[in-house]
Amino acid sequence: MNAVRFDHVSKAFGALKVLDDISFEIPTGQAFCLLGRSGTGKSVALRHIVALVRPDSGKVFVEERDMTELAGNELADVRKHMGFLFQNAALFDSMSVGDNVAFPMRRHTDWSDADIRERAKNKLADVGLEKEFDKMPGDLSGGMKKRAGLARAMALDPAILLVDEPSAGLDPITAGEIDELLVKTKEGGTTLVVVTHNIPSARVIGDGFAVLQDGRLLVSGTLEALDASEEPLVQAFMRSQGGG
Amino acid sequence: MSALAVVDRVGTGVLGLFEFVGALATFGGRAVVEAVRPPYEPREILRHLFQFGYRSAPLILTAGFAIGIVLSMHTRASLERFGAEAMIPAGLAIALIRETGPLTAGLLVSGRVGAGIGAEIGAMKVTEQIDALEANAVDSFKYLAVTRIIALMIAMPLLTIMMDFAGIFGGYVAEAAVSGMSWQMYFESAFSYIAYSDIIPATLKTIVFGYLIAVVASYLGFTTSRGTEGVGEASTRSVVMASMLIILSDVILVKIIFFFYPAVSG
Repeated sequence: MNAVRFDHVSKAFGALKVLDDISFEIPTGQAFCLLGRSGTGKSVALRHIVALVRPDSGKVFVEERDMTELAGNELADVRKHMGFLFQNAALFDSMSVGDNVAFPMRRHTDWSDADIRERAKNKLADVGLEKEFDKMPGDLSGGMKKRAGLARAMALDPAILLVDEPSAGLDPITAGEIDELLVKTKEGGTTLVVVTHNIPSARVIGDGFAVLQDGRLLVSGTLEALDASEEPLVQAFMRSQGGG
Repeated sequence: MSALAVVDRVGTGVLGLFEFVGALATFGGRAVVEAVRPPYEPREILRHLFQFGYRSAPLILTAGFAIGIVLSMHTRASLERFGAEAMIPAGLAIALIRETGPLTAGLLVSGRVGAGIGAEIGAMKVTEQIDALEANAVDSFKYLAVTRIIALMIAMPLLTIMMDFAGIFGGYVAEAAVSGMSWQMYFESAFSYIAYSDIIPATLKTIVFGYLIAVVASYLGFTTSRGTEGVGEASTRSVVMASMLIILSDVILVKIIFFFYPAVSG
């Protein structure tokens, strides 16, 4: 079964066409990396999966449920099975880091407060932030916020984890640790959808890949298929070593 | 500028106004519907009640006390001419409880709380925190707007009562300084002409003020764009629009109170 399926999705903001007839499938349990230059619609595609953005035409399916048709409690039920790491982490700045990670558990489980606190601490430990539990998001660096955001996204051990630029703003060692964590998460059965510029990181995490350019799907397939592609942009991407 | 261009500009402005009023009314109506549907978010309502009510109390008490002193001085100056100084406490209490207290409390809260709601929700919008709530399967409208609207509707009458009593106490301090009147005599005199029909409708009308402040500020917060500049604008516009709506709604509410309680207009 496919965890996520895009079926001829198009989206424009005013006159700007961001996604143009995009179709791809992500099998359950795989890690799918969306690659492309800045402003090519990768993050918008990710937002379609959790229905933060609705397509102008086409359909987005999550576990075969049509996200373009869902609303209210039905939509909330699907979203509970997904985690989302935003590009700028989007931590709730009125709550401590620990409360941010505990937030999804408090909302959607009947676990005891002590249990939730313990689990939140463990999730923060997974991203190396166990000592920052009581700090406010404003006291963290950009990279730490990103890691805290990842801990929150993984709080409920989601079936599908959507990650927007996981290694942006991180030092290479921490970025490597995050990659390892994502691989471990995938091995635990979670489907990953990762938007990234970081090709070395994508090579470690990804099973499937797609490259977007100007809102269109330039190429998709396995790592070997992308390495063999004759598209200049794909070649340039696959040769790059930089993080992003 | 040609006449056609003027007509075009005015027409666009009028349409924009209608569009804004329509969107605001829809937002406010949706808040009413969502308020009676579970989940009720009691923890968030209590948190906001503390922020809006308890934290506004010092401002309200200080302002009320000062207004009481000033009103007492003005009332004394007027009533002395007619040898009616004995009416000073009652006159001041009537003025405060019927109109000055509710209206001033509404305007002060629109400045302190309205600006805060507009800025806070606006900042959450531009930093994707509202999207993060939605992605976490939380209804952001209910969690952010409805809880604030309910909390402010509860807080406003309580703050108004505080303002009324702080004002009456301020009036007493001013009067005691001039005439040496005792607190007991002042209090009895102040409430000798006050009926429940003076207190209850005037205090309860501030529930509408609370609703208007929170709806306007939440709406402007939710529709914030253009980064930090937009956040600042949402905050300022929240205060201006909420204050304007409070004053306009007060005219209608007083008319309604007069209709249901004719004795109050006497």
